[in-house]
Amino acid sequence: MSLFKSNKKIVSNTKNNLITYAILLGFFAFAFIWAQTGEMPRKIQNLLIPLCVYSILAVSLNLVVGVLGDLSLGHAGFMCIGAYTGAVFTNIFETVIPNDFIRFGLALIIGGLFAAIFGFIICIPVLRLKGDYLAIVTLAFGEIIKNILNIVYLGVDSEGLKASIDGTSYNAMLLEDGKTIIKGAMGITGTSRDANFIIAFVLLFVTVMASLNLINSRTGRAVMAIRDNSIAAQTIGINISKYKLIVFTIASFFAGIAGVLFSHNMNSFSASGFDYNTSILILVYVVLGGIGSIRGSVIAAILLYALPELLREVGEYRMLFYAILLIVMMIVNNNEKINDMKKSFMMKFKKNKTVSEGGKN
Amino acid sequence: MEFLSTIISGISLGSIYALIALGYTMVYGIAKMLNFAHGDVIMVGAFMMFTALTKTSLPPIACIIVGTIICTVLGMLIEKIAYKPLRSATSLSVLITAIGVSYFLQNSAQLIFGAGTKQFTPLFGNGSVSLFDGQVVISHNTIVTIIISVVLMIVLTLFINKTKTGRAMLAVSEDKGAAQLMGINVNKTISITFAIGSALAAIAGALLCSSYPILSPTTGAMPGIKAFTAAVFGGIGSIPGAMIGGILLGVIENLSKVYISTQLSDAIVFGILIIILLVKPTGILGKKISEKV
Amino acid sequence: MALLEVKNLGIVFGGLHAVEGFNLSLEKGMLYGLIGPNGAGKTTVFNLLTGVYKPTTGTFSLDGVKLTGKNPVEISKAGIARTFQNIRLFKKLSVLDNVKLGLHNQVKYSTAEGILRLPRFFKSEKKMNEKAMELLKVFGLENEASTLADNLPYGKQRKLEIARALATNPKLLLLDEPAAGMNPSETQELMDTIRFVRDNFDMTILLIEHDMKLVSGICEEVTVLNFGEELAQGKTSEVLNNPEVIKAYLGD
Repeated sequence: MSLFKSNKKIVSNTKNNLITYAILLGFFAFAFIWAQTGEMPRKIQNLLIPLCVYSILAVSLNLVVGVLGDLSLGHAGFMCIGAYTGAVFTNIFETVIPNDFIRFGLALIIGGLFAAIFGFIICIPVLRLKGDYLAIVTLAFGEIIKNILNIVYLGVDSEGLKASIDGTSYNAMLLEDGKTIIKGAMGITGTSRDANFIIAFVLLFVTVMASLNLINSRTGRAVMAIRDNSIAAQTIGINISKYKLIVFTIASFFAGIAGVLFSHNMNSFSASGFDYNTSILILVYVVLGGIGSIRGSVIAAILLYALPELLREVGEYRMLFYAILLIVMMIVNNNEKINDMKKSFMMKFKKNKTVSEGGKN
Repeated sequence: MEFLSTIISGISLGSIYALIALGYTMVYGIAKMLNFAHGDVIMVGAFMMFTALTKTSLPPIACIIVGTIICTVLGMLIEKIAYKPLRSATSLSVLITAIGVSYFLQNSAQLIFGAGTKQFTPLFGNGSVSLFDGQVVISHNTIVTIIISVVLMIVLTLFINKTKTGRAMLAVSEDKGAAQLMGINVNKTISITFAIGSALAAIAGALLCSSYPILSPTTGAMPGIKAFTAAVFGGIGSIPGAMIGGILLGVIENLSKVYISTQLSDAIVFGILIIILLVKPTGILGKKISEKV
Repeated sequence: MALLEVKNLGIVFGGLHAVEGFNLSLEKGMLYGLIGPNGAGKTTVFNLLTGVYKPTTGTFSLDGVKLTGKNPVEISKAGIARTFQNIRLFKKLSVLDNVKLGLHNQVKYSTAEGILRLPRFFKSEKKMNEKAMELLKVFGLENEASTLADNLPYGKQRKLEIARALATNPKLLLLDEPAAGMNPSETQELMDTIRFVRDNFDMTILLIEHDMKLVSGICEEVTVLNFGEELAQGKTSEVLNNPEVIKAYLGD
């Protein structure tokens, strides 16, 4: 009986995950078939890849905010690093590796790895910090990345790579036959648009699966233990720094992947697009989808990203609406009376369920 | 001589940061929360003054007073509606709420005043003072900014140390529970703290827009974050710390603008924040707080 | 040789000697009590022994291994586990997961193996589930395995904390006021459980307790702390009748 019960918990977890996968596949099948019929408006076709990008970002940020319980306000910075490194790679190797698919695959790996390395490095000072300080430091890092990339010039000519943080001296350096890749505040233009919806969806699916597997594993438990009670976690032998680093690195990796996807779906982009506001927008998806709920992050990202794009009238008021929702959700979530009501409702519900199950047995 | 004028304008900018940082640090000390929306109160204050200046014939001083009063009420309202229900919530929830409030203010302003920038007229004229045969030119704005900031800091310090309300604020920031037992109305004290912080932010907004006369719904965001950096620099929760931190940060920012790179000056300010938190997370004058096990 | 050897342990907080000159020698299999009035420094001793605080003076060692200055993770691995006065469970996790977290360093597999669901993941998880369920049965919590720790009644939360501590496979178990907030019948049951743990897990137990019935019921020896210093030490029945000790508890 007892073992049966514990297995039931595992079964219910798996069932929960299967629902998430089913929703994802349903979304894909719906969009894919609609696109195949040729009836899908251009406007919606253009949304498909960004929807995957923001879903990946929301899921990966949820690993930090929901699972680890730390507030990161610099997620767009990791996306930025992925976007830049991926696009630079594609631009350099455009002629060397003519196969789009292989080149894009490599760009994804490189963008993800670079973002992961930055995530790891940035996490080291963050390890000692908690709560508000940690949030402000991640914000600071995001802004630093943006500021620095905004003044970088990078090009390639017959002599090799040329880089500078000064436009005039860069122009003097680059030879006639050179091609500029990063143009200061103008960012990167003309990256081969290798991203497509199928690849984007596969990446989203992989991100969700990896996140769910992570959460339901030894590592995920350790991370949630740190979130729930870091002192108790330490005294049962859980190395807090190690697990924080793991989560930050994995989350940055996926943010980097999202960045590569983003940059290979744009004619041009610049670092200014990855500012603090983008980080907040991703956070809005995470919070409104339910902190800690991977499925919620995906659904919230898809709905909240698509709605204002489709309904311009909503667009104007959307941020105001999100702002109010954020405040109301936090107040409702933390209201003791409402929580007690929820708890007692759940208890009743559970009791009825076990009674009926007992009857069956 | 460029160095001297850079330092002086840095002190002026820094004293504006200091005024904003005071709001952060007092709220942090008393409510133990990072009021992310504090920077946007500056923006609201500036817009109120802008509207009063352009739509009425009130003198500048009256406009500043109107803006300050509106922000004081706004600060208390924000506390009552958004933060008070979250007194026992996790810092994550409080921070997200504060971000929500910040966005609410920015987007409300955008809907009311439009997303475009407005040209703010300097409140204290365009005059300037020349020193060393014109080698150093200091605008009236800079001088007035420094004077007003210094006066406000002195008044605030006196208020906190000499009045009953001020000492109640100190007591609440030291130990909320004990202060309550001693008969201090904690809710009222927190509310007053928000009121004072917001009033200072409004005045800082007037000074900021007077020196850097461009106004938009996001005007408050960056100075807000930098002022928080200043508060951390000086030691969060410490009032003299916020003053020192603010002025130092303003000077550093101006020096890096002039001698390193305008585009990198924000990155440098944030770099400083990270270094401080790495080396001395309690800041220059902060106290160490450890969790009771 | 004694299992736990504490010599002259002390810590100063901003000039205040929270604990000073604390000595203790625990033989394997002992059930030992640490008592004293509120604020005497009992929990501070636990915090020192588990590395939450670093001692300013003195040393302590477990099974001959010096542990002074080690961090909580190292000390946990060395074999000291504890519970907390104000229960510290992982509230948003299930009862089963709480115990499985105790097994964190007993059954291992890597993050990659977990994400990729490699064979070792399934094997290790199965082993963890079995071990955790065994422990839950000892504490009569097997039917609550999938309940959130936060939703457990108070008494069961205390038991779960002990189960989690035992899952780390310790040599020494520190219990900080295990009977706090329990009614007499629950306390009686707890005493049986503690004895059971000592006998069946071959455990050495050091506990802080205010409930003198529990202390005199199960502790063979006690140390009395007062103002951070040892006031008395010895056989439980003798110490509890010591006039100095009575005075410390009742005041002058």
